[in-house]
Amino acid sequence: MQLQIEEKAKVVLIAIKENRLDAHNSGELKSQLLALFEQGKNNLLIDLQEVRFVDSSGLGALVSGFKNASARSGSLKLCGLQPQVKSMFELTRLHRVFEIFASEQDALTSF
Amino acid sequence: MEEKIEVDIRVPNQTRYLSLIGKIGEDMARTLKRYRGDREELAYHINLVLTEAMANVIVHANQSDPEREVHITIAIVEGVLTIRVFDEGCGFVPCLDDTLDNGNLREHGRGVYIIRSLMDSVTYQRLDGGHVLEMIKLLN
Repeated sequence: MQLQIEEKAKVVLIAIKENRLDAHNSGELKSQLLALFEQGKNNLLIDLQEVRFVDSSGLGALVSGFKNASARSGSLKLCGLQPQVKSMFELTRLHRVFEIFASEQDALTSF
Repeated sequence: MEEKIEVDIRVPNQTRYLSLIGKIGEDMARTLKRYRGDREELAYHINLVLTEAMANVIVHANQSDPEREVHITIAIVEGVLTIRVFDEGCGFVPCLDDTLDNGNLREHGRGVYIIRSLMDSVTYQRLDGGHVLEMIKLLN
């Protein structure tokens, strides 16, 4: 899985450089997020701008990250969702769980 | 003449083929001669239900055995989309997780909910040597 990981002050910005986030690669995302938590990075912003398709496994990996961040008194937020991806969060009601921002800048200032 | 499109695909029981099958389903939606709804939304939904159904079969029914095979048929006949996904294994229980009432923060169990939300009919039946998950959607 192609990820671009960048530290912006107290936030780690993770841009997912994949077209699909599905049962084939979501396990890898989950592991990468766990590795960041183990390094003490608990405030994560995930940029989904390049992700055109997400399935229930992809959502599950993001939920796993959200729960881990919250358990460590941090937070995991999302930005750059394409309309179809956003509709997946609405269908599964996860838009009520995650803080979702239109732009990276708005998301970064919210931490 | 009534439009009739049918494809029959067999792929190894591996998640690396999810994207291929999803794309075939998307392209079928885009190719339809007559469809009055949002074609891109239909393409996304077909990709999604194919991905969810196949992932369930690969991981649960066929127990991630890469030597097994997944057989998929997709048909659009007289405005009815029928997707069948056949497994060669012990099956899975598609009825247990079709609501989100048990807490929204679980990491698994949204796949069948998604399929049931997007399709008009979903059945799972035993066959000789496996099972078939059949999903039907009325397109008109």
